[in-house]
Amino acid sequence: MSGMGEHLPALIEATGVSLDFPLYHASGRSLKKTLMGSVTRRMGEDNRHRVVVQALRDISFRLEAGDRLGLIGSNGAGKTTLLRTLAGIYEPYTGSIRVQGSLNALLDPNLGMNPNLTGRENIMLRGLYSGLDGKEIEQLEVDVRRFAEMDEFINLPVRIYSAGMIIRLGFALATAIRPQVLLMDEWFLAGDANFMERARTRLEDMVRGAEILVLSTHNTDALLDWCNRLIWMEQGRIHRAGPTVEILEEYLGHRVQPKAQPAG
Amino acid sequence: MAIRDLRETISLWRLCWTLAELDIVQRYRGSLLGPFWLTLSTGVMVGAMGVIYSTLFQIEMHDYLPFLAISQVLWGYLAVLVAESCQGFTMSEGMIRSMRMPFLLYGARMVLRNVLVLAHNVVVIVLVDLVLWNWPGPAAIFAIPAMLLWLIDSLAITILLGAICARFRDVPPIAASVMQMAFFITPVIWRPHLIGDKEWLLPFNPFFTLLEIVRAPLLGTVPGWEIYVSAITSSVVLCGVTWVFFARVRGRIAFWV
Repeated sequence: MSGMGEHLPALIEATGVSLDFPLYHASGRSLKKTLMGSVTRRMGEDNRHRVVVQALRDISFRLEAGDRLGLIGSNGAGKTTLLRTLAGIYEPYTGSIRVQGSLNALLDPNLGMNPNLTGRENIMLRGLYSGLDGKEIEQLEVDVRRFAEMDEFINLPVRIYSAGMIIRLGFALATAIRPQVLLMDEWFLAGDANFMERARTRLEDMVRGAEILVLSTHNTDALLDWCNRLIWMEQGRIHRAGPTVEILEEYLGHRVQPKAQPAG
Repeated sequence: MAIRDLRETISLWRLCWTLAELDIVQRYRGSLLGPFWLTLSTGVMVGAMGVIYSTLFQIEMHDYLPFLAISQVLWGYLAVLVAESCQGFTMSEGMIRSMRMPFLLYGARMVLRNVLVLAHNVVVIVLVDLVLWNWPGPAAIFAIPAMLLWLIDSLAITILLGAICARFRDVPPIAASVMQMAFFITPVIWRPHLIGDKEWLLPFNPFFTLLEIVRAPLLGTVPGWEIYVSAITSSVVLCGVTWVFFARVRGRIAFWV
């Protein structure tokens, strides 16, 4: 929406990205452990008792404008971690990621919404975060309010909203700001069917408007509809990569029919 | 990378300000006096302590009350800032994990929020000066650069403590007890000269010198050079350590929270 990236074509380039996810147990983070650790090391023992999950291993790919990438793989294969790394939330230990163009990451259902603030205040914060000015924030509010059917609830704190209303608000907010690079996690395609009907049109608009899409999902229809290439991840590595149908058939172990009609 | 973090924080200053403002609004939503509860509670506390301690220390109330008001308000700012810094990053876990934001922004938000609180409490100082008709005079100008130094130090504290406490969950209680001890060994409610011939030790207490560079001008005197040297040295050390530390661990904070 803003920034210098707007004039450049969107681009994502990942080169040899590896990321270890350190797991700190409640006791594992204490000062005592670390101090003790340095003592034992001095005594010649190995200090490798930290639990590390190898979340990503040597991931390389390049996406340009028009690319729509789907991420598949079993749970825990590193799909969400990869999305978070692309979004700049986690930094790779080795390798590099270059993202060019404005970015919007739909990763968390609440998208950092503060439950104690009103809907309106949350909308304002989101607008400021995206670098909108006063007038654009007003427009954002009108748009979100209409889509999420908020009415007078907009002036009440988000914590009293019903679950459905929170999802509507989160969704409306996330999809109101159109980025060049769109990163999307699974949950966005789940949701109550009634709402999904309307959401789908809006989401498709956004997906088609984005220059690059990276989508992580198990939903075969969405992959077939939206993605033109897939990366199949296993244990943090790229297991296979290639055109959607080919990789999907291999992944599912049976033939898939690309639909002529987009679902929904 | 750490410099980029700083640059992005500055470009998002409006977001930062709004977050700080909403923090205060949210805390007092639905209350009648709103943030002026801060003013009132500080005022009551200063009044009560003024009576007790001026009797205990046998000092003229007229003399002691302005001193106490300023000390209490400034120390209150520092103590709350330290306590909140310890939870700075862990409290914002949801935000840190769902969107990329410069980390300094979380620190700046805490500093701004506490400056807003401070602004409400300053009313107490002004009221005390007004009632006793005891104005500091031109020396008060020296409090302005000192406050700027405070702001920079505050940001350093939020980042340093925020990151350390995210990694080591033992640190918050340690910080709390250090602050409590510092409150007693630092001339906050007692006058520096009461310590007698040990007064030469005081400039070695950075809490004291940092407090004094703001407090003394507001009481109408300019602190001595040794106070300034100590305050500036400790600030440089604090900011230096914070910067080196932040540059090293910035990429890992997201894993720690």
